[in-house]
Amino acid sequence: MRIHISTNDGVPIYLQVVQQIKYLISAGRLSPGDELPPIRVLAENLLVNPNTIARAYRELESAGLVEKRRTAGTYVSAEGSRLAKRERTRILASRIDHLLAESDQMDVSFDELIKLIHVRREAMNNSRAKEFADD
Amino acid sequence: MTERTNNSASSVIEITQVSRRFGSKLALDNVCMSVPRGGVFGLIGGNGAGKTTLIKHVLGMLQPQSGSVRVFGMDPITQPVGVLGRMGYLSEERDLPNWMRVRELIRYTQAFYPTWDERFAEELREMFELDPNARIRGLSRGQRARSGLLVALAHRPELLVLDEPSSGLDPVVRRDILSAIIRTIAHEGRTVLFSSHLLDEVERVADNVAMIHNGRVVLSDSLESLKDSYRRVTLRFDTPIAEPPELLGRMHTEGTGMEWTYVCNISGRDASQIRGAAISLGAEVVDESSMSLDEIFVATACR
Repeated sequence: MRIHISTNDGVPIYLQVVQQIKYLISAGRLSPGDELPPIRVLAENLLVNPNTIARAYRELESAGLVEKRRTAGTYVSAEGSRLAKRERTRILASRIDHLLAESDQMDVSFDELIKLIHVRREAMNNSRAKEFADD
Repeated sequence: MTERTNNSASSVIEITQVSRRFGSKLALDNVCMSVPRGGVFGLIGGNGAGKTTLIKHVLGMLQPQSGSVRVFGMDPITQPVGVLGRMGYLSEERDLPNWMRVRELIRYTQAFYPTWDERFAEELREMFELDPNARIRGLSRGQRARSGLLVALAHRPELLVLDEPSSGLDPVVRRDILSAIIRTIAHEGRTVLFSSHLLDEVERVADNVAMIHNGRVVLSDSLESLKDSYRRVTLRFDTPIAEPPELLGRMHTEGTGMEWTYVCNISGRDASQIRGAAISLGAEVVDESSMSLDEIFVATACR
């Protein structure tokens, strides 16, 4: 499980952990039944306070994405991926809202914006294809 | 800030109205600070703010000119054995006996502590790749810091005190120090007090933070509520304005024309109230974000 913590942008660390685990679940990289690392292990890996990880796990648990089992481990719940997908839509929607607001402020029309999205996707696909060719 | 938020039974360090003068300079000005048992307490502040002076009082290296210092409920000046035996300490200077070899340093330090854990010491020595035959004098800065960390940790102290432990060290050694802090508190009931000007490190590991500025404690709170208390909001007004209007808990404003960015301390209030306040000023909130500890520090210190 790869999580990256940044202390530059002011987002509380527990929230970064919550958001990234949500993302991993919604992207299918964590499946229902998968065990999350023990709190102390993840804290040492990420070099953050164990209480911060505990708080992140509590938030995920109360959102129904993970569940504690009697053996003290924390697992992705059966409901997890469905809830995480809803979350993913919510995250994307807010990014799109930002994008729309920004292009509006910059006087870029909606059609131009859509065109630009296609162009960017093309560029991204090309650079990915190139990466594979290089391997 | 004279009220005591924690009773002394649950706190490991209790500093009450301590003042200290060096010549004409007031280094500590009526400082009150309470370090609760368990968890990490981060002491932050600029160079010369008084962090090291305060830590020296905790260690019993300086006697308070007024006020009192209690560690584990004892006075570190009159009961040094009772206090220092339960404490591990690493300073920025890492004053180690230069003429000793690493093996001798370990054996020498071991003699002071009945709780010394020989296996743990050996485990740390291997992890830090310290050559037992190397002389302290010949060690690199990083290996020196690791030696100091080893002898501060190996008796498994109830209280670990680190004064600017990361200063001048490369990222690999800084990682070792952070991970030592995390492992120390992962054992129940242990406490870490560390001072640092590397605020991203403090933000990663601290449960509580106190900020010293010009010898005074200007902030002392849990990191969680500190982060909740500060917001940066950017407002957009309909027309350019010369002087930005007041806003709830404003500490600092920056901007020109129609767009102004406020740093606000909203402690105790809901962040949504800022929105309401902005609308009543006839402005629109175009950006709102929480702040890093670094930014909170700057906003508080520059006030």
